[in-house]
This record gives sequence, C-alpha cells and structure tokens, in this order.
Amino acid sequence: MIKPELICPAGTPAALRSAVDAGADAVYCGFQNATNARNFVGLNFTDAELERSIQYAHDGGTKVLITLNTFPPAGKFDLWQQAADTAARLGADACIVADIAVAEYIQRKHPDMRIHLSVQAAASSPEAIEYYVREFGVKRVVLPRIMTVSEIKTLVEEIPCEVETFIFGNHGLMVEGRCSLTNYVTGQSTNMDGACSPAACVKYERAEDGSMSTKLGEYMIDRFGPEETAGYPTICKGRYKAECREDGYYAFEEPISLNASNMLPDLITAGVHAFKIEGRQRSRAYVKKVVAAFREAVDSIMAGEEPKLADLVALTEGQKQTEGALKTKKWR
Amino acid sequence: MTSAPLPPRASGGPRGFPFAPPLPLFLLQPILKRIVTKIAADNPDMFARLGPHRHEYFLIDPTNMPFKLYLRPDPEALDFRAVARCSEPPHIARISGTFLDLLTLMDAEQDGDALFFSRDLIVTGDTEAVVCLRNALDDVDDPIAESVADMFGAPGRMALNALRRAAENAKKRKEASS
Repeated sequence: MIKPELICPAGTPAALRSAVDAGADAVYCGFQNATNARNFVGLNFTDAELERSIQYAHDGGTKVLITLNTFPPAGKFDLWQQAADTAARLGADACIVADIAVAEYIQRKHPDMRIHLSVQAAASSPEAIEYYVREFGVKRVVLPRIMTVSEIKTLVEEIPCEVETFIFGNHGLMVEGRCSLTNYVTGQSTNMDGACSPAACVKYERAEDGSMSTKLGEYMIDRFGPEETAGYPTICKGRYKAECREDGYYAFEEPISLNASNMLPDLITAGVHAFKIEGRQRSRAYVKKVVAAFREAVDSIMAGEEPKLADLVALTEGQKQTEGALKTKKWR
Repeated sequence: MTSAPLPPRASGGPRGFPFAPPLPLFLLQPILKRIVTKIAADNPDMFARLGPHRHEYFLIDPTNMPFKLYLRPDPEALDFRAVARCSEPPHIARISGTFLDLLTLMDAEQDGDALFFSRDLIVTGDTEAVVCLRNALDDVDDPIAESVADMFGAPGRMALNALRRAAENAKKRKEASS
C-alpha cells in the first residue's frame, strides 16, 4: 500500500511555514503574476520569498511544487518561461502545468524538473494522460473532481504515472481549465489571467434587515438572508431565477466544499499517490488546521488505526461539505 | 464610501455613544499608536502586500465595543486610532465583527473566509483593499495580539489570556447552541 503524500496550499510564506510545520509532504505555491490560477491581490510569492521558503521547506523535509497552471495568451509566453526558469533556479521540486507549450518548454530547458499535470488540464482518460506522459514526461496527474473512487482505481491501473486527487476545499466542478464564466462579467480570465472573480470586481452590500447581497461587476449573483451562511462570489456559485423555479436557486453549483476525509481509506486502496488540499487563497489558520487534521488521519490509516477525523465544517464554504463525485456522480 | 484619506472628525463625546465618554478614547490613542508602530517596525515586508491600498483608511468595527478603529496602514504615514461609535470617518472599506473574532482573526487563530461564510465577519466597501489587508496581516508570523500583549508586560499577557479564554468560551457556547 502506497502512503500518499499530503499536498498543501500556501498563498504566503507564513502559510507555507505553517503547512511545513503541520506536516505537509509537499506545499504548492505560485508567483505574483498570471502564471498561476490564484493570481489574487496581496497573495503569492516574490522570487526572494520563494527562495527563502524553499529553503525552509527543504530543511523540514517538505517538497515545494510551483503552480504554473494557467494558459499563456498569445504574445505573453515569456512570463511563463521566466517563471519556469526561476522555479528551476531556486530548486523547486516540480512544476504543476496545464498548457502543453509550458510543459514542452520545461521538458526541453529543465529536463530534471518534474512536471505534474494540473487539474486545469482536465485530463481524465487513460489516453489523454498517456499522451501527456509520452510527449512531455509528465510524472503525476492531478485528477478533475468529477471521478468516482471506482473510476480512479481503474485509471490508476491503466496509466504510467502517479495520481493526485483533491480531498478538501473548494468544490468547482466546471470543466476545469475551460470555465469562462468570470470572463463574461469581469473581462478577466480564470485560465489566462489566473483570476476567478477578482476582488476588485466584488462588492458586498448589507441591507438594514441584515441580509447581504453579492455583486460581481454590475451583476448581483446572490443574496443571503440574515441567518444564512454565505459562499464565494463566483458566477458558478451564484443563485439565479428561472421560470422553472419559484425562488432563486443554485443553477450551476452550490456553495459547498469537498471533504473526503471519510473516503481516505478507499482512495489509499485505490492506489492514489497524493492527496491535495485546496486553498491557496485561504489564511494560514485554515492551512494549519486542515493540514494537521489530514496529517493525523493519513498517519492513523497507514498505522492500521481508525482515523481520528477533526471536524472541519466550520472551514468549509457555506459551512456545508460533500464527498462529491468521489462517492457518486449524483452527489447534488 | 470614499477613498479620500481624510482625518476623522472629533469623537462624539458625551453626546456620542452613551457608553463611550471621550476620555477613554483619548487614553486609547497613544496605546494604539504604539501598537501599530511596533507591528510596522517588526514586519516591514507586510506593506508590499497592500499595494496601493496602503494609503487608504480602513474602518474596523468591533461591533460589541463602544468605539471603532480607524487604520491607515501606510508605513510612511501610519495612523491607528479609536473613534467614537457614532463616528463615520471617510474610509475605503469597513470590516465588522465582534472584538474577539477580530482579535483571533488578527492572531491567525481563525480563518477570515470561514468567519465570512458564517456571517460573523462583514465586509463592505472596496473588497480588494480588504483582501490585501487580510493577506498582509496573515503573512505576519508572530501572533500580532501576542506581540502587542508583550509590549505591556505581565498585565498585557494576563489581559490577552483572559480575552483568549473568553473567545474560547464564546466559541464553545456557539457550538453548543448550533
């Protein structure tokens, strides 16, 4: 039985140190530009911060994976090249990529650098994954959050690379790497600018009765009652009116987080090599609590003990959690 | 809302919030100034995460206290003061929550998104400015509240421990009632 690595998010150097200290096997993080899909204001790493952070992580026996998981628009490829060069120069352990040109560049210029295929590439069939492995030397694929454990098990047996699955955090089920919903409203691209619902376009308005409306650009995308829990301000998690429904409803997805803690034994049995925790945009308090909880759970399972699963619902979006497609395709 | 970095008007005085006579605010100002100066001196790198928003004023509203806090996190022109609860000085964004929630948030013991999801933290105004401030504070390694408590020696640490106990008790009560 393979002991899966715990892959943990970090949006700041302090969050990275928290993840390392809490027992992460690897931390993933990005630069302060469009080369990563969490290109949010005040977040991410300068070159100097990344250098110090890699040193800290390696001293603690933790790997650092660099997210280069966006798609370079025409004429802007230099930025992704520079990011890959910097990651290699600073001794990063792998780059997580979505774009085939970025993968090809890293394979050619930095042949010793491991390439992990981002969930943004949305590769879920053995044929697609084999292509990435054959052509670009991909060593690991991060699977889209649309597969059941049973499908993952079959896939693991058929493909010649490692498999990483999400186990906690934001539960976006749009075809990842293809979602353009935010573009229509903000003009910025999740996939090319790295900004889904950029904060500059988000407005929260509170009414006298305690209700709160969320606006993205010019559009109201949700309104929460005074006692209702809230979610992220994304189009896919918005609540809409339609003729077929009396009230507004979550037409695409609901504000809810993935929590696969009860499915860890099944995923380990399926042969998954790495468990990913989503949340580079979250605080180090989140990183510390979630990483520590899953560290303990994975270690317990590997020791043949009943895992102690911390209650993480307070950290989930809308304070709701699901095992999502890992359990059943009909999870909604 | 406005982004104009204007100074606040004078506190409400006896005609302001009934539980906030002007004297305590005057007493608070030098303490707050000392706090913000120390945090800035200890963490000079944090300001880069604020980008252009370092020049803006934030209104921080501990909803169960008889005052609000008014912050401009500009290393060249730091400003952190208490204003009367009835006062509404110009600000780019407002962050509201109970004093203990704001304290534990600053202390990296609570996650801001989680407090937002549960509606215990209310953000209005320029969301980008708030996100920048959150990210800047979150990249400070040492618990800010602890550093502040240390400035006041044993009494400061005792006060902080009391506040943390109160926060823990409040959390337990909330969990028990939900």
